[in-house]
Amino acid sequence: MANTIVQEFTKGLWREIPPFRLVLGLCPTLALTKSVENGFGMGVALTFVLVCSNVLISALRKIIPGKVRIACFIIVVATFVIIVELMMQAYTYSLYQKMGIFIPLIVVNCIPLGRAEAFASKNGVLRSALDGLGMGIGYTLSLSTLAAFRELFGTGAITLYEKPIQIMGASFEPFGFLVEAPGAFVCLGLMLCVMNMLGKK
Amino acid sequence: MKEMISMVVVLTLLSVFSGGSLSYLRDITKDRIEKQQLKFVKGPAVMSVLSNTSNNPVESYFKLNAGTKEERTIFVGMVDGKPKYVAFEGNGKGFGGSMGLMLGVDIETDQIAGVGITTHSETPGLGSRAKTDPEFTNQFKGKAISETFKVKTDGGQIDALSGATVTSRGVAEGVTQTGVLYKELKPQILEGLKTVNK
Repeated sequence: MANTIVQEFTKGLWREIPPFRLVLGLCPTLALTKSVENGFGMGVALTFVLVCSNVLISALRKIIPGKVRIACFIIVVATFVIIVELMMQAYTYSLYQKMGIFIPLIVVNCIPLGRAEAFASKNGVLRSALDGLGMGIGYTLSLSTLAAFRELFGTGAITLYEKPIQIMGASFEPFGFLVEAPGAFVCLGLMLCVMNMLGKK
Repeated sequence: MKEMISMVVVLTLLSVFSGGSLSYLRDITKDRIEKQQLKFVKGPAVMSVLSNTSNNPVESYFKLNAGTKEERTIFVGMVDGKPKYVAFEGNGKGFGGSMGLMLGVDIETDQIAGVGITTHSETPGLGSRAKTDPEFTNQFKGKAISETFKVKTDGGQIDALSGATVTSRGVAEGVTQTGVLYKELKPQILEGLKTVNK
């Protein structure tokens, strides 16, 4: 591995940005980008799980027997997911309501498991933490960008802290298709296309 | 053999650690979560349907077992120290599935004090306005609980939200059904109010 420590962090932001480069974790990417709040919340939840599970798995990587490593990873990831779920219920209940089933589904999200298998089980604690943080922030940014695009053109307003901020003028007719499920596929496709075009240069 | 023992030991320890810390966390967040559920799921709707009360209806409630059906929470609104309004949840069927309706009723006149939507999965920007647009839900205010509500396109009295007829119809039907339920439950509700007084 020729990556420097800084590169471990920055690779998650662009070179290996999860939903677009690795094309992982697409289920919440499609389902939770109706509003910026949801997308951002999901990103933060995933970042927390990713950093914590990466650190713990990396710290335990010499103890965990190879044959049951996946089972161990799942236990670790699931534990942190439930911690997030309980915390969200206790402190940010309205966000929890909107994200519903997708919080528990982080357990089977490919990103934490993928990072655990591909990175944390082979690298030191500091590198794993940075890798998790970078991937998490990359994921948060991707989701927020996609959500901002969909919400802005789909409803004409961006909702922050429960208050919609009208950005488009009164004559703007919301393009409701974008906030529906098929709109998510179209937007994701467009964003992948833009990312690939930019990446070529 | 050595590998097998280490597998068992590691998995067991990890599970024990995980289970232990989660149950501890659950214990310390339990009360807070319950309060949050009351505050966020039902609270805003209760406050919007019972506006002129002298107490805080979200804090004054009792539970009712409606026959064999699920337990219902009845919120009580007091005026001048006496219970005047009750609010409880019913259901309506909207465009995107089931909607939770909070219905506030004046127990003296059996008139609707207010209607609010608690949970829904309607289209954002269209059907979701049933929750955010007070002009729509205010149409129910002051009507007798025994009325059958219908949207105007169905020959009724309620102006539907433009672009969200199915949602509006669902709310109207839900309010009608919840009204029927209220009549069934009224003896039990009056019984329950006595316990709140004390």
